[in-house]
Amino acid sequence: MATSGRFLSVEGLSKTFQSENQTKAVLEGIDLELAFRDCLAVVGPSGCGKTTLLLAIAGLLTPTLGTVRFKGNPLAAPERRIALVLQHYGLFPWKTVAANITLGARLQRIDVSEKRLASVKKELDIEGLDHLYPAQLSGGQRQRVALARALLLNPLLLLLDEPFAAIDTVTRERLQNNLLAVFAQRRFSFIIVTHNIEEAVFLGQRIVVLDNGTHGIKTVMENPGMGSVHYRNDPVFFERTRQLRGILEGLE
Amino acid sequence: MKRRGIAVYAATIILIYFAWYALSLLLGSNILPDPFKVFVRGFEEIATGAFWVHVEASILRLFAGLFFAFILAVPAGLILGSNEKLDRLFAPLIYLGYPIPKVVLMPVIFVLFGLGDTGKIVLLTMIVFFQLLITTRDSARKIDREITYSLKSLGGTRMDFFLHVVWPVSLPGIFTSLRIGVGTAVAVLFLVESIATSEGLGFYIIDAWGRAEYATMFVGIIALSIIGIVMYEIFELLERKFCKWKNL
Repeated sequence: MATSGRFLSVEGLSKTFQSENQTKAVLEGIDLELAFRDCLAVVGPSGCGKTTLLLAIAGLLTPTLGTVRFKGNPLAAPERRIALVLQHYGLFPWKTVAANITLGARLQRIDVSEKRLASVKKELDIEGLDHLYPAQLSGGQRQRVALARALLLNPLLLLLDEPFAAIDTVTRERLQNNLLAVFAQRRFSFIIVTHNIEEAVFLGQRIVVLDNGTHGIKTVMENPGMGSVHYRNDPVFFERTRQLRGILEGLE
Repeated sequence: MKRRGIAVYAATIILIYFAWYALSLLLGSNILPDPFKVFVRGFEEIATGAFWVHVEASILRLFAGLFFAFILAVPAGLILGSNEKLDRLFAPLIYLGYPIPKVVLMPVIFVLFGLGDTGKIVLLTMIVFFQLLITTRDSARKIDREITYSLKSLGGTRMDFFLHVVWPVSLPGIFTSLRIGVGTAVAVLFLVESIATSEGLGFYIIDAWGRAEYATMFVGIIALSIIGIVMYEIFELLERKFCKWKNL
């Protein structure tokens, strides 16, 4: 296991996108640390670079400046133990649920036993969907299939890009509870990017607020006490939600 | 083919039969004989070995033309569609090459490749190639960035990208293009078989026409149409089998 604070570090990360006649800075000087078994929520107004940060941590975008270190090593390409779940689920419409779930394991030539596969499906309540295509699933089911595909790879770090954004409130809360349950049972860290204030407070031990003006980190809010499904009804939850809303309103 | 498809085909055949019959009565000319006579002649022809030589020659040329166009155009289209730099490099060539009616190059092709099967297949291949290349390239271009990220984060290599993303994304477009290509290819087949040859349904039609045997001529026309329809249906069947996800 990595030592605390060295598990993942983002050091002076900047990302600038260049098109034909203009340069657009999206992230500037981001410093961040994440310990093993930590969960972090990243929030901020639209266009503040939340997804860009996540993609850089996933090894999918090369930073213009700075480094992302995973277990002490600089990250230049996607890393086997970092799994990513995207906003529109990233499922392959032409593959069945079964083929989608096992694709990562197949590409990385990892043998997955039938028993393990069945247990992941059970854990996420997606049994009996094997022969269906993503278009035949509900939003919640698609999200759980995407999560199953990521978990089957035994990730040490799970990256979630607005995973529940397109899902109705009741299903969303159920999926958030699902994620917390999985997190409690397994050994991994996660970073969730969201624009939903309640979601950030419910799922983040720390909440990083990105600033769309400076392209840096506005503040990092500590959120002790989270981790239980009952936290949603806790007065502390409401207070932190109000506090976070205040910070974000100041940015918009 | 689904039961409904068969019913539609049957209804169309009956409709064509009666429209044809009415038109033949109206014209009162030998050029459009009574369809019943054509069917009788058709059964007579089917019983002869000579007729099947023409059918076989046409099917082989058509199949070879589509096959070579497929193995050349599909990989090229997939590569161009997923590689922006190469696509930009070859775009002017395709842009200029596609609208040229390749069929006018027939004399040149026949001089270069001969009057035999090779010349005919080369021309068929050339015509279907461009259609298939453009459709495949355009289908391969439509890949969602999220899918690309998803595959990379799952540990996919460049080869996996072709196999698990570019190929399945492009497949429905490829089948559509092949179906359209069958129509074009049959038309071109008729043309190339009507010149300097003694085998194939194109020759069979022209020969019967020259001898004023119009019922025989129509047997050839119907046979060529059936080949086109069967090929079209085969591609549709394959599309339904391999692209189930597209019709959900």
